[in-house]
Amino acid sequence: MSNDLLIYEDDWQHLRQFTPARIALGRSGMSLPTRACLEFSLAHAMARDAVTTPINFEPIAQSLVSLDEKTVVLHSQAENQNMYLKRPDLGRLLNEQAYITLQDNPLSPVDIVIVIADGLSSSAIKHHAVPFLQLLIPHLREKEYAMPPICLVKHARVAIGDSIAQFYSARLCVVLIGERPGLSSPNSMGIYFTYKAKKGCTDAERNCISNIHLQGLSYNEALTKLRYLIDESEKLQFSGVNLKDESTNNQLNYDV
Amino acid sequence: MYKIQLAHIIYHFKSLRELMAKASPPRSGDYLAGVAADSHLERVAAQWALADVPLKRFLTEALVPYEQDEVTRLIMDSHDSIAFMPISHLTVGDFRNWLLSEQATTETLTTISQGLTPEMVAAVSKIMRIQDLILVAKKCRVITRFRGTIGLENRLSTRLQPNHPTDNPIGIAASTLDGLLYGCGDAVIGINPASDNLDATLSLLHLLSDVIERYDIPTQSCVLAHVTTTLKAIEKKAPVDLVFQSIAGTQKANESFGINLDILNEAHIAAQSLNRGTVGNNCMYFETGQGSALSANANEGLDQQTCETRAYAVARKFNPLLVNTVVGFIGPEYLYDGKQIIRAGLEDHFCGKLLGLPMGCDICYTNHAEADQDDMDMLLTQFAVAGGTFIMGVPGSDDVMLNYQSTSFHDALYLRQVLNLKPSPEFAIWLENQQIFNSNNQLSLQKGIPALFKPAIKTLGQLSHE
Repeated sequence: MSNDLLIYEDDWQHLRQFTPARIALGRSGMSLPTRACLEFSLAHAMARDAVTTPINFEPIAQSLVSLDEKTVVLHSQAENQNMYLKRPDLGRLLNEQAYITLQDNPLSPVDIVIVIADGLSSSAIKHHAVPFLQLLIPHLREKEYAMPPICLVKHARVAIGDSIAQFYSARLCVVLIGERPGLSSPNSMGIYFTYKAKKGCTDAERNCISNIHLQGLSYNEALTKLRYLIDESEKLQFSGVNLKDESTNNQLNYDV
Repeated sequence: MYKIQLAHIIYHFKSLRELMAKASPPRSGDYLAGVAADSHLERVAAQWALADVPLKRFLTEALVPYEQDEVTRLIMDSHDSIAFMPISHLTVGDFRNWLLSEQATTETLTTISQGLTPEMVAAVSKIMRIQDLILVAKKCRVITRFRGTIGLENRLSTRLQPNHPTDNPIGIAASTLDGLLYGCGDAVIGINPASDNLDATLSLLHLLSDVIERYDIPTQSCVLAHVTTTLKAIEKKAPVDLVFQSIAGTQKANESFGINLDILNEAHIAAQSLNRGTVGNNCMYFETGQGSALSANANEGLDQQTCETRAYAVARKFNPLLVNTVVGFIGPEYLYDGKQIIRAGLEDHFCGKLLGLPMGCDICYTNHAEADQDDMDMLLTQFAVAGGTFIMGVPGSDDVMLNYQSTSFHDALYLRQVLNLKPSPEFAIWLENQQIFNSNNQLSLQKGIPALFKPAIKTLGQLSHE
């Protein structure tokens, strides 16, 4: 790796500062140089590990208690990681114990449910769920939304929120979930928003805010988008593909 | 009822739908759906029984009822019985033999294309080995045009995919320049936007259109937003070259994507009326992938490969410039490992080509699948040998927005070296004129940045000092 004469370097390496993408990698012949090749293998190894590490909800629950929010820990019907990967249908359903746990909590009229699901990256939830909720919860309190305990669900897919929202007859459902890890972003969180979620909702009825991580969408940007979606859906009484996210972006000027 | 005796056991299959599913080579999605064969022997029994089914049978036994599914209606109503004539007497097993024979030339395959239904093509693929899928697909030729000519013999096009996690225009511009300087982008420069936001879509459309105009590149742009977002962009007079949409093989699955044939038709008419192509007006870009219908709980009891092939009926109604099977994106619950991904990619290419579609393949995998770069190299090489129309070009194989691994600019250059596949003729001339490629279809060995791009790279460089 020390003989640079064997590599054609690209003269536009300074463009790397504008994107996390693997640009200006150079070439040996017309192929990837050794270093770029090994860097890829390193990133792949880290992403593989992010998928297989189990979530620990304990510290998240503690942080939320300090925000005066109660939590409950629930399980999907996928009993282990292997089953979770092969049977997404089970990851969308609450197990029996989960319903018993929910019934143990006093039922009262509810406006919104918040669900935290491990999804495909436990590390995304570990890093981003609490900081995002620290920003979101004050806004929900300002609106005086009634909210049951925050549900922390293990081995769960996005649609797990439908069962929970239906259980509470909640109007609004927000699911924070670990997205499938990328090479450059093993810790990316997504937020799925559904108006009047119930079992059998299709993906067309949801809105998604994705790529929330340190190099991606910031917590504040995600919050702006989610608040827009909540307000618009309250007006229109639906969510999904017909509810366009037209919250303004801070566009950068470009000239290339 | 379909019946066969094999190894002293009698197997019954109660419908063509069940027979097709049980005959499918194994993949996790069919087990997930509960439609896969229970044993190796049952699978082979189903393949034997399927081989005896006359092709004509597919015109009378719909796999999803005609009354309840508009994709079935499209397939049945648009079947061309005259084109079907030369093969109408064959069984599925005969059809395999015919496809491999010298009777199946590029010309005859083109002639019968409209006489084939997706189900006939899916059926024969289930009794074909990988070398059969490659051999027959290579005989098919599907040529489409917008600002360049895609699909000519010994050509391989690339989609430049300069995605950015927050749609940052400078970040996207940086990846686009990188790709162009590596000779990528003649199929389309196509961005997956991070969120389906009309303003962001508009700004990305203008960014790409500016790049294509400024450098006079014989290619087309696409922002892969939902078709209804693109329709709004057209209303706002945005420079829309290609309309994108993900499509699937059942009405229910398409509904879960928020689309139907009428919406696609509306978008097709709107895009055509813009008349932005210079050498042709194929203006649709579709993406598909095995498992998408099941993931929407809308597979209607079909196996995922048959379902996928039915999506091609939707695609061919609109004469697309490009159809892309995004083969490993969906995850291990549908295609578990490298072996399943490789076969699926080659099946999709074969089925699409036989039905007359310009098939590309997003040769890809996610980090929760049992696959790695070696698996992708195998599919990449086999896909190119099969005459695949286009592949993706993602910087360093790492899509930093969609979080999966696809093929890189370097991967396309590998194929250009080992198989001497050239980009579309218009783009090849442009690359040579810009001294990006030399006359041997290889990157120019000249040091430094080609003159045309110096100002842009300098401007971006100055931004970095602000």
